[in-house]
Amino acid sequence: MRNIFALAPRVLRLREFWLAIGIAVMIGAIATRAPSFAAPANLADIFNNTAILMILALGQMVVILTRSIDLSIAANVALSGMVIALLNSTMPWIPVPLLIVAAPLLGLALGAINGFLVWKLDIPAIVVTLGTLTIYRGTTFLVAGGQWVNAAEMTPDFISITRLELLGLPLLSWSAVLIAAAFYVLMTRTPIGRSIYAIGVNPTASVYAGINVGRTKFIAFCISGLVAGLCGYLWVSRYVIASSETAVGYELQVIAACVIGGVSIAGGVGTVGSALLGALFLGVISSALPVIGVSPFWQMAISGAAIILAVILNARAGKKTGRIILKRAEGGAA
Amino acid sequence: MNDQTPTTRHVPDRLDNPLRSALFSWPSLLLVVAVAIFIVNSLASPYFLSPWSLSDATFNFTEKALIALAMALLIISGEIDLSVAAIIALASTAMGFALQFGIDTPGLVAIGIGTGLACGAFNGFLVTRLGLPSIVVTIGTMSLFRGISFIVLGDQAFKGYPESFAFFGQGYVWWVVSFEFVLFIAAAAIYYVALHRTSFGRRIFVIGNNATAAQFSGVRVERVKFVLFCLTGLMAGIASVLLTSRLGSTRPSIAQGWELEVITMVVLGGVSILGGAGSIVGVVIAAFIMGLVTFGLGLLNVPGIVMSIFIGLLLIVVIALPIVYRMVRK
Repeated sequence: MRNIFALAPRVLRLREFWLAIGIAVMIGAIATRAPSFAAPANLADIFNNTAILMILALGQMVVILTRSIDLSIAANVALSGMVIALLNSTMPWIPVPLLIVAAPLLGLALGAINGFLVWKLDIPAIVVTLGTLTIYRGTTFLVAGGQWVNAAEMTPDFISITRLELLGLPLLSWSAVLIAAAFYVLMTRTPIGRSIYAIGVNPTASVYAGINVGRTKFIAFCISGLVAGLCGYLWVSRYVIASSETAVGYELQVIAACVIGGVSIAGGVGTVGSALLGALFLGVISSALPVIGVSPFWQMAISGAAIILAVILNARAGKKTGRIILKRAEGGAA
Repeated sequence: MNDQTPTTRHVPDRLDNPLRSALFSWPSLLLVVAVAIFIVNSLASPYFLSPWSLSDATFNFTEKALIALAMALLIISGEIDLSVAAIIALASTAMGFALQFGIDTPGLVAIGIGTGLACGAFNGFLVTRLGLPSIVVTIGTMSLFRGISFIVLGDQAFKGYPESFAFFGQGYVWWVVSFEFVLFIAAAAIYYVALHRTSFGRRIFVIGNNATAAQFSGVRVERVKFVLFCLTGLMAGIASVLLTSRLGSTRPSIAQGWELEVITMVVLGGVSILGGAGSIVGVVIAAFIMGLVTFGLGLLNVPGIVMSIFIGLLLIVVIALPIVYRMVRK
């Protein structure tokens, strides 16, 4: 009993706790107007619809933790998805599990290109990924010769695997659960995870602690590429279409999910739970709008407002921690 | 964007010969690239070297380049604005909305530019007054501004702009010289003077290099940054007037993805994304390079999405080359 009371103030200070409460309240409020919204089947549906966003948000979070950003993450999804879909349609004899292994490896290679340029050439991540964003998307168009790959050209297995149900949840949802667990272990229980936090909090101190900052960033980009590649397959299988327009502009949704969850763009702050909840928040909003009779055109403005609100709240919360020893440069770190 | 580990600064014994340093400067390098692209274009397509083609070529970059001028100043000061394309959409929507109430050309222009300025001021307020990181704030306002356009328009479009309104995006001042181009050259001159010849410009560089030192030297860091956000919004508003006038209609998806092209232009122009360094001359040449590449490839019937590969490669290669060169020389 004593333990619970000792724990309470700590839990109350957790941003994840309040975000989870916020999401629950939102679901509750919507359920008063449309009771079926809070039904388990519908909640599972929302979770399944948000699975890809959650996975990508985890990958993006790892990069943001290292004070970098991966703008090419959605283009990576499009290119990996397109290559896998093309392989499937032109060579249907390749077993689907092999393709599911190939997709993340392909994404990993694309992420490694980003990471290499950031590590070895020391070009700022935002510039590198701005460049590779357009290159990857253009390449998606080129490899497909400007064509789409649609449902008729894919093998039935390729489409149905993500829809197989296990304990009432489709495999797509399970993949998000598994990856979230893997990220939790990676970020909290391995040296790499700790290094990623360390170089985000203080790169100079990390160098003195023997951490190779450039290499750690490289690994972060590889991780983000890996999950982007996997999501390439998941996306194509889920929406049964691969085109050069796949996930256009989705990188901003992914970053938004991180920011809403409380991942600090200045690096070093953010947990697996926060990225997941940020993504869920956006997922719940997008499923709620049609239910409460609001035009889906409102979604963009609402998520924009949510991002701004989240940043304001994060800044307020950040100010209270610790004693100010040295006043930071005003707006120095953009 | 403060993602570089501290490095030690090397102070040379003697400064480079000014002529030599001018020859090897970023703008000179860009100029060589621009001339090379120009020559390749004229060889690749017989239609390229005609006054009307070249005039047409300016249309696809002047609007973005106008924003790039202000964005350059903003990035030099260490901030960024990803919402510029969304500001174009919102300003265009505001003009289209006003059109429904029978407002004529002067009013429309004022509303377009005013909306841009207001959006820029909103960004500036959030960043400087509330002390929020600009990259996240403007990702937020980017969704917010374009989101409002979507709420107003849905899948509809505003059409039927007055005849006199068409001049801004389609009119010619003299022979093949378009109004847009003249406006861009004039704006480039103004921004050149402001950045390189005034104390305001010096303050922008000081802030970008060391905001704390700037603060202690009596520079009103927050105020300067606020002004720069307003300027960026203003230029986006002007670009919105030009683009709306050129297209003759407003859809919420107008200028989609332009923010990345504008930033590519600025970075290609030699402005450090970490702040503190850059020149207007570089940005102007970079604007021409991007315009020439896209127009030249367009003449060869290369689809837009494939052109973007060239732009992306250009961005990375042009930035990586000097770094690789320095590495190899060491």
